[in-house]
Amino acid sequence: MSDTVAHADPAPGSADAPGATKRSGRRLDGETVLMLVVPPVLVLLTFAGYVVWRQTADLTGAELEQLAWPLVIDLIQRHVSLTLVSSALVVLIAVPLGIGLTRGPLRRISPLVVGVANAGQGAPSIGLIVLLAIWVGYGFWTAVISLTLYGILPVLRNTVTGLQGVDPTLVEAGRGLGMSSAAVLLRVELPLALPVIMAGVRTALVLVVGTATLATFINGGGLGAIIQTGISLFLPSLIVAGAVLVALLALLIEWLGRVLELVARPKGV
Amino acid sequence: MSTEHAMEPTSEESTAERAESQVSGAEIVLEDVVKQYPGQASPAVESLSLTIPAGEIVMFVGPSGCGKTTSLKMINRLIEPTSGTIRIDGEDARSQSENALRRKIGYVIQGGSLFPHLTVAKNIAIVPKLLGWDTRRVQERIDELLDLVGLDPAKYRDRYPRELSGGQQQRVGVARGLAADPPVLLMDEPFGAVDPITRQRLQDELLSIQRELRKTIVCVTHDIDEAIKLGDRILILKEGARVAQYDTPEVVLGAPADEFVEDFVGSGSSLKQLSLVRVSEVELHRPVTATVGEKVDDVRRRAEAAGERSVVLLDGRGRPVSWPWLRQLKGDSVVEPADELITIDQRATLNDALDTMLSSSHGGAVVTGDRDQYLGVVVFDAVTDHIRSLEEQAHE
Repeated sequence: MSDTVAHADPAPGSADAPGATKRSGRRLDGETVLMLVVPPVLVLLTFAGYVVWRQTADLTGAELEQLAWPLVIDLIQRHVSLTLVSSALVVLIAVPLGIGLTRGPLRRISPLVVGVANAGQGAPSIGLIVLLAIWVGYGFWTAVISLTLYGILPVLRNTVTGLQGVDPTLVEAGRGLGMSSAAVLLRVELPLALPVIMAGVRTALVLVVGTATLATFINGGGLGAIIQTGISLFLPSLIVAGAVLVALLALLIEWLGRVLELVARPKGV
Repeated sequence: MSTEHAMEPTSEESTAERAESQVSGAEIVLEDVVKQYPGQASPAVESLSLTIPAGEIVMFVGPSGCGKTTSLKMINRLIEPTSGTIRIDGEDARSQSENALRRKIGYVIQGGSLFPHLTVAKNIAIVPKLLGWDTRRVQERIDELLDLVGLDPAKYRDRYPRELSGGQQQRVGVARGLAADPPVLLMDEPFGAVDPITRQRLQDELLSIQRELRKTIVCVTHDIDEAIKLGDRILILKEGARVAQYDTPEVVLGAPADEFVEDFVGSGSSLKQLSLVRVSEVELHRPVTATVGEKVDDVRRRAEAAGERSVVLLDGRGRPVSWPWLRQLKGDSVVEPADELITIDQRATLNDALDTMLSSSHGGAVVTGDRDQYLGVVVFDAVTDHIRSLEEQAHE
């Protein structure tokens, strides 16, 4: 993630460097274009391959049952809603928390909070999910809670880093011009920190979409169900099919995060 | 606007000069202002009392850590004084909210400190919008200010700060500070981040803007030459913001209050005196001029008749664009060259003129007046003559 935290402002003039296209103050370099085009193409090709395999391969009854299109589509929908609901909660919790940790007296405890969150990230996700299920019960919302807890760290850390990375003279300039501290936060600090925060959101999306595979263990649903069935019935075709579908979904969500990141980046920065 | 009761004697000529245009600035009075940071043995500002007359430029100078920036920031309450009062136009700075106060005080910082995610126009519009101006008035003001600081509104309005040079960013910073037409402008090392030639030009422009607007400008600098050039008065501070001397540049240079001031102002005092003399005060040489588009043969004949080997080339609007040698004139008619001519404003000091001359192959510098109109050329001999007359005066 280190590549997303630091956003060095290129010197004026470097915008004309070869390979950079300039469009009303926003630049797309070659690497960004590549990362925007390649994943969806790759996902489409692989999915087409999966469809061909699914329609032509000689499958047993259990396999056919597990890979029936209505069921698979339902599982994908469930997986996506687990991911999106958890990620939305992550943003709603982590961004305000990160803002709070960069202001006033809380500023002093921000290394402590980020440290605790860092340590929490090290805990195995399966453990977190199962323990939480024993405590609050099984189901979709338990899965959402544990996925949310799991996704908070990158967004929290990047919110704090992003806000701390805003040039303090700009904050003082805003205050010196007579903007209230809330106005400086909303109109100067957050827009300038947004690229870093969005990089954190993208990381959280990827973490959550992967971890959501485990939700099936606590009746949370999702594409993990296909893999789990494959393991318990010892059907490698199901394991591979489930894994491929999860991987494709993760790539797609990652790509969505990149698009969001690009759209959210303020012009001129 | 308000009467002048300066603490120290003022030189009469600067008072007379000041009467010529309408003063729009406000008087600032500091009374026993103290700033003590918790946990520090000695206060950052011990007890500062000062009157800054309306419509003047007062320069705060002193060694680093002397409290000059702290003193400046207490005027717009970016730093709250521990005790004492600050009155602007007779009104206590603490009688209103800090945000309301700051919207009436322009603030310009080193490098411009423009918001990188906002266009030039939006940067300038910040304070007018906070004050609730309507869109049309804001747009008109933006164009007016860009014009004032010498940037073409149509070309620069919608650019982002990173698309501007350092000097241009600083100009926009000044425009942003002046946006709501505040009576007071605070500047914190405004020209510290640009190269010497750009700095000199920005200083000249500030003087020209000030001639028009007559704001009260308080400016922090560590550069004594800048203080001498820009200041109607100079405040020299020692550690703890104790006043070493507060007077006009002439008095500071001619009669330093103590050894500290003498050391700070520096030896080479007669060289420093050059910072007190404006180019407009010495006699300008008037070489042969030519206008873009004229026949080269005509120009050559005219120059040779006058015994000159070079001509000053003006554009259609009387602004100097280059200073070529005759042998550099080629082709049929005179064309405008690609590279820019470095000129100096008539308000520039002889010190600036010397700097510019040294980088010119002609041993002189082209002088311009308002709106960059051509006035003449200041040559090396004129400066040395002036130094000689200064020395003669000193002997008498």
